[in-house]
Amino acid sequence: MSKSYYNDADLDKFGNIAEWNKALADKFFSYYGDVFKAGALSVREKSLIALAVSHALQCPYCIHAYTTDSLKQGADEEQMMEAVHVAAAIKGGSALVHGVQMMNKAKEISM
Amino acid sequence: MAGEIKEKKTSLKYRAHELSSVDVQKRILSDSESIGISPFAKSLKTAGLFPLSPLHTEIFQVNVGKMCNQVCKHCHVDAGPDRKEIMSKETMQQCLDALRNSKIRKVDLTGGAPEMNPEFRWFVEELSALGMHIMVRCNLTIILAHPKYHDLPEFFKKHKVEVISSLPYFAARRTDAQRGEGVFEKSIEALKMLNAVGYGIDPELQLNLVYNPSGAFLPGSQADLEFEFKTKLGEGWGIEFNQLYAITNLPVSRFLEYLVVSENYADYMQQLAVAFNPTAAAGVMCRNTISVGWDGYLYDCDFNQMLEMKVASKIQHVSEFNTEALESRMILINQHCYGCTAGAGSSCGGAVA
Repeated sequence: MSKSYYNDADLDKFGNIAEWNKALADKFFSYYGDVFKAGALSVREKSLIALAVSHALQCPYCIHAYTTDSLKQGADEEQMMEAVHVAAAIKGGSALVHGVQMMNKAKEISM
Repeated sequence: MAGEIKEKKTSLKYRAHELSSVDVQKRILSDSESIGISPFAKSLKTAGLFPLSPLHTEIFQVNVGKMCNQVCKHCHVDAGPDRKEIMSKETMQQCLDALRNSKIRKVDLTGGAPEMNPEFRWFVEELSALGMHIMVRCNLTIILAHPKYHDLPEFFKKHKVEVISSLPYFAARRTDAQRGEGVFEKSIEALKMLNAVGYGIDPELQLNLVYNPSGAFLPGSQADLEFEFKTKLGEGWGIEFNQLYAITNLPVSRFLEYLVVSENYADYMQQLAVAFNPTAAAGVMCRNTISVGWDGYLYDCDFNQMLEMKVASKIQHVSEFNTEALESRMILINQHCYGCTAGAGSSCGGAVA
């Protein structure tokens, strides 16, 4: 048993989730594949969105996968770091905007 | 922590690096088991393509020498200014004789920097006189390297040479990281000189660029990358070109060094093997190309040439060239071949599938 919660090699085993429920895994992977095909957004744009979301979720598997994929799709370092800042801005903003809720509550219970 | 290759100004051979030995390289490449990939031969068998055999030979690729003005980190030739192996005029004459007696009409000149061979212009003139379609793999910076090369665009134009040039990215950082400090700026300057004489604009003067990843990852869609390159190079510098070829880096010589030192070898090979595409395998360039080394020996491709895997034929030298006899050979393979069969495939002309 690995002593780390996250193991690099596990990313390649993602497909193994089908072993315990093939029907749902098949549906998920089929959907997943379709989501990342070029559509109204290009493959590169989707990869950069996935990279940003990966950081918001702080998912090591996703960061590994979408750093590699962004480079493969021709994104550069500047674009990738900007995507991470978008994630950081939304995460920071989502904390800070709750400051309004705090202010509302504080005012409500204060003289 | 993975190691990092500091800026290297010399070839593996000059540094007497362990990987300058083709036996060491072949030993690493032969071991598919320890990196958990299926042997390439087995993948070919599954695709019904083993043993891999040639189709009609259409392209005569000549490596006129390993001498180069650049020392790119990913170079599979291990080329550089310290390499002295270049093709003699006598061997070039043997190439011309071979072509005169064959149906091949396309000649692909590569190196090193092919223009550094003192007989390069004579060879191009003779090939042109034979009516060959000539391709030159020009690294761009050579045009600016010395005043004697400044007129190369005019010389290429005179013989309607198709110019194929490496430009790993449309921005300086990633280009320079792979090819050396200042290479991007010089490449842009050289592209402007080629545009100025009509290259990339006049349909008879083809200028094609080669994209290859600056690291241990595969190239993405060739069409998407071409669109991006055309937009960025056009808007940024007013540069025009015809096609972009997306080429996968093969684990040979200095790219193999990079993979081993950065501890990316196993992961990269797994990426290549997982992406094995039978359609790309059926269209690999070794099936319609013959590769000639600087000393006249024949190979299935430029990569096999660098691994010193001479063709499996009784004819092994250009002086005894015979298309029919060579087309009955079996193409030699090893795990590096996964580089040409991954995803959309990879050849000297880009994607194949």
